[in-house]
Amino acid sequence: MRVPILKQGGYLIASIQSALSDQDLLQLRDDLAEQAGRFRSRGIIIDVTVLDIMDSFACRTLRSIAHILRLRGAETAIVGIQPEVAFAMVQLGLALGEVQTALDLEEGLALLNQRTQLGNAGEK
Amino acid sequence: MEGRRMQRFDKLPGTVEVSAESTAALLRELVAHLRENRTQLREEWVRRIAESKLLAAMTREEIFAEATSVYDNYVAVLESGSVEALQAYARDLSERIIPRGVETHEVVGIVLLLRDVLARSLFKKYQSDFGLLNRVLDAYEPAANRIANTVAVSFVQERERIIRQQQEAIRELSTPVLQVRERLLILPIIGVIDPQRARQVTEQLLRGIRANRAKVVVIDITGVPSVDSTVANHLVQTVDASRLMGATVIVTGLSSEIAQTLVTIGVDLSKMKTVGDLQGGIEEAERLLGYKVMMEQTADKLP
Repeated sequence: MRVPILKQGGYLIASIQSALSDQDLLQLRDDLAEQAGRFRSRGIIIDVTVLDIMDSFACRTLRSIAHILRLRGAETAIVGIQPEVAFAMVQLGLALGEVQTALDLEEGLALLNQRTQLGNAGEK
Repeated sequence: MEGRRMQRFDKLPGTVEVSAESTAALLRELVAHLRENRTQLREEWVRRIAESKLLAAMTREEIFAEATSVYDNYVAVLESGSVEALQAYARDLSERIIPRGVETHEVVGIVLLLRDVLARSLFKKYQSDFGLLNRVLDAYEPAANRIANTVAVSFVQERERIIRQQQEAIRELSTPVLQVRERLLILPIIGVIDPQRARQVTEQLLRGIRANRAKVVVIDITGVPSVDSTVANHLVQTVDASRLMGATVIVTGLSSEIAQTLVTIGVDLSKMKTVGDLQGGIEEAERLLGYKVMMEQTADKLP
């Protein structure tokens, strides 16, 4: 299932709706890389609230998405990691490295506002 | 195959029934004997208990009172022979006796003593008729052993139940996650951290972060007596997991001994924010959250 990507001011919000296959994750990466350039976005939020599993491939892909978008000039924040998922990730030694994380969408927006020095919700 | 098994089952109950009947008759007889000589046997038993220095935690009067009720129950169980009565009796015995600090070997010891005292009295009564004595003992011994066995098992079970209950209570007490300001949690850890507890602390903290929408967490380990590499790794995991949920963790209360141990064993705590004490940790957290706490200038207003 393709992840819907919403444009909100200078930000893009990718809101994951169901469990993703590896193919879907790669699709998400390509879509975000393309749209971040097209909309000249300064910040990206990936909402993983519905995911109850994060495997090593998902972590690696999220890391590489953040890295790619940094090269394209945008900050990335992962939001909505559930307590059980966070616990399982550290137990399995999966890390998101330098990728920013926040509690939920609202926090993620606040974080990006702070990081990108843009006003509310990325209004330019 | 099926038919043979059926046959064996058909045969068994019959033989049991016959012997059960005569056993029941003998048991009835010996119960009557035990009731008759209650006072004397009970005294003999109490004397033997004192002699063996069992139940040292109880006074002589207490022992006598306990012995009376234990004796009566013992005889009642011998008479009815029902498992429920036996278990209820054993449970009752352990519930009354455990709070007084009685050890397992003492409980088993007094029940075995009672068994021996009663066996001796049977010897005395039936010594003239050896055949009858044999049959009486055949009836008595399994019943008496079953009582001793059940008492021992249920005493241990009762004790384990109490230990489990207390562990549960300690566990619930030991890890409060407290909100001190909007979006600021503190987690004071007191006592030894084992892997199970570390896991529970982490889970509780993560749930607390979500429930209180916390951005900063101060973990205070002043009350942790020692830290080894396992505990340190748990701390690192907790910090990482909290960060995944968007919360910053500040660890406080690392004593000089603990700090030295950590450096010696070479745990990498570079990713962790540490502050000397809880006060400093809360001040740092307030700074991160943008709070500014100022002392009110009350000196002028005082008369």
